[in-house]
Amino acid sequence: MSEIAADAHDDHHDYHPSGLWRWVTTTNHKDIGTLYLWLAMIMFFIGGAMALVIRTELFSPGLQFVDPQFFNSMTTLHALVMIFGVVMPAFTGLANWQIPLMVGATDMALPRLNNWSFWILPFAFTMLLSTLFMDGGGPAGGWTLYPPLTLQTGDALPFVIFSIHFMGMSSIMGAINVIATIINMRAPGMHMMKMPLFVWTWLITAFLLIAVMPVLAGGVTMLLTDKFFGTSFFNAAGGGDPVMFQHIFWFFGHPEVYILILPSFGVVSSILPTFSRKPLFGYSSMVYATASIAFLSFVVWAHHMFTVGMPLAGELFFMFATMLIAVPTGVKVFNWVATMWRGSMTFETPMLFAIGFIIMFTIGGFSGLMLAIVPADFQYHDSYFVVAHFHYVLVPGSIFAIMAAVYYWLPKWTGNHYPERLGKWHFWLSTIFVNLTFFPMHFVGLAGMPRRIPDYALQFADYNMLASVGAFGFGFAQLLFLYIVLVTIRGGEKATDRVWEGAEGLEWTLPSPPPYHSFTTPPVIR
Amino acid sequence: MSEEIRRMLPNLRSLLNLRRFAAVVFLLSFAGAAQAGWDTLNMPVGVTEVSRIVYDLHMLIFWICVAIGIIVFGAMFYSILMHRKSRGVTASTFHESTTVEVIWTVIPFIILVAMAVPATATLIKMEDSGESEMTIKITGYQWLWRYDYLDHDFGFYSFLATSREAIRDQAEKDENYLLEVDRPLVIPTGTKIRMLVTANDVIHAWWLPDLALKRDAVPGFINELWTLVETPGIYRGQCAELCGRDHGFMPIEVHAVPPDAYRAWVEEQTASATE
Repeated sequence: MSEIAADAHDDHHDYHPSGLWRWVTTTNHKDIGTLYLWLAMIMFFIGGAMALVIRTELFSPGLQFVDPQFFNSMTTLHALVMIFGVVMPAFTGLANWQIPLMVGATDMALPRLNNWSFWILPFAFTMLLSTLFMDGGGPAGGWTLYPPLTLQTGDALPFVIFSIHFMGMSSIMGAINVIATIINMRAPGMHMMKMPLFVWTWLITAFLLIAVMPVLAGGVTMLLTDKFFGTSFFNAAGGGDPVMFQHIFWFFGHPEVYILILPSFGVVSSILPTFSRKPLFGYSSMVYATASIAFLSFVVWAHHMFTVGMPLAGELFFMFATMLIAVPTGVKVFNWVATMWRGSMTFETPMLFAIGFIIMFTIGGFSGLMLAIVPADFQYHDSYFVVAHFHYVLVPGSIFAIMAAVYYWLPKWTGNHYPERLGKWHFWLSTIFVNLTFFPMHFVGLAGMPRRIPDYALQFADYNMLASVGAFGFGFAQLLFLYIVLVTIRGGEKATDRVWEGAEGLEWTLPSPPPYHSFTTPPVIR
Repeated sequence: MSEEIRRMLPNLRSLLNLRRFAAVVFLLSFAGAAQAGWDTLNMPVGVTEVSRIVYDLHMLIFWICVAIGIIVFGAMFYSILMHRKSRGVTASTFHESTTVEVIWTVIPFIILVAMAVPATATLIKMEDSGESEMTIKITGYQWLWRYDYLDHDFGFYSFLATSREAIRDQAEKDENYLLEVDRPLVIPTGTKIRMLVTANDVIHAWWLPDLALKRDAVPGFINELWTLVETPGIYRGQCAELCGRDHGFMPIEVHAVPPDAYRAWVEEQTASATE
């Protein structure tokens, strides 16, 4: 250990740039992981502010604050920012920090590519957000970009499409790096079936990214040529088909949903055993379940478009395939409960977020199963029930998992413990308000409220008011998260190498914080 | 146990207080729900055979989810309460069992098959628009609907009737705020009606919850729906596919009337159309 520390010291000496230039030129996996995570944090507050514009307008019936067109821009950009700007970069940041530490590598396999794949993103998001100030306003056709509506966008359209191309490039390069690192950089003895679940889930996620981001790029490029080069891919009058875009989009979109959730499964599978002081139950079935979910994600896309007018056989196929996903997902949840069963649990903040994740993700899974039933989906489709469903799997799902991961590994990254009591406050406030925000949306959706509307009928008023109150509460609770992270970076109780009593894995054998280059000599795997 | 670890353990008393607070909020929201009435909480049962079947299917899968939830969360909460370090338990070391893995793969699969059977039967019924007695063409526009009675050669546009003042909070909002139109779609009860759904500009979706009908209106393509309404009444819905600025302001209002009244209404319409 002292040898590693000494190495780190030497490295620090020949490491040249400092200040801003350090971050611009860095090829270090930890620096780049930090950059990704901070980008996600900033975009989280930007996307959150957009959500609060939406919830302010929806606080009571009538139009009080914003124009409906701007409202539509907010729903569109809120989704794009949260998906491409928060959840995906946050997971890539976690991958950058953790994968080399977890497989016993010095760094990522392709450090220069790593730098590039991060630095594309700030430009992509600057461009995306700048569309709000363009003639005709920002994109307002929904993040799903369905034509013909999206083709009515003003000057913003080519910029939105170009920024999506950028995000796709960044994701693909990040994914290539993850795969190259996991395949080539594992320490001797770190067999595939010994890798931590977080590494496994990310490996599978990376394959999904490489498979589907080009499909999205192709789809939006066809929108571009339809708009500016006279093609008619999606124009019925020219022999095209607007529904074809939906097929292309959701062939990307459904695997994308799993890109947003699989790394969360890995995070939770790392945290639960630590605080249960018991090994993960059913490691190999977890790996197979993840792979099954990834495979099935390619054959269920049309369940996002059951009302589009598909043939009966198509509806039946996509219903059965979608229902089938409940099996491997169920296996995961059961394995997590079995991991906790007869453990010796303590409930530090990462554990609280992980348990919150399991419960609320499962609630989102239940509504997902309901949505798979086509006859009932005709009622649920494009209603607030859907909004409730995907927010349950994304906010107390993906976002909670990311927060659990940050609390779990922050002492390792910074060498300092975060303030535990504040962390618990953050968890409980987030949990209460997230439910206050999204649970009532099930009710209004079932009662008939369509999504993406700036104003609504009077019978939906009570629950919308509740949801708006919850949204503000949740938003402000996240300022506490920002404060906790900043305080922990600046100082705090020193963390040991192992940080948590029950922690197992290579990252905990390194000092906290770990040296600049993680494992200069390959670790010995038990 | 080191002092450091002790500090990291949850402060049980504050935890319990927070839980109690959460419970109160939760109960209050349910009390509010009870006051607001069941209609604002759940899917409408509706007024057609199909809508009732859909409602039953919805409730069936809902209760299955509740049952699974009780078992899974029950086991989890039992574990959280009993298997905590503060109770002095030591952790077991078991970490796999092929038997239980097989059990909890097979049982959910069987439950899914049990759900798929009624769902499939319902879907086949819903997609069969044969033997319909009349046809109405529904066309979505930004931001209104047009209804054409193909058997009688007349049709009309249907606009939002709520005043701009009410939307801008300058006038009182009445009961049917945003759900009322100038000319509703009139249909006969007890008649199997085929509807052809299309659009003229962008994609819309025609949604009427009480009839369990929703179908996208796609420009250049024609989708098909059918319904058979049993009870006369006024049923209201909205456009369900984002279609631009005034997507939230193109409601659907359907008046289902007895066949006699319907025939009289059609005569009135055709007379005024030929004038």
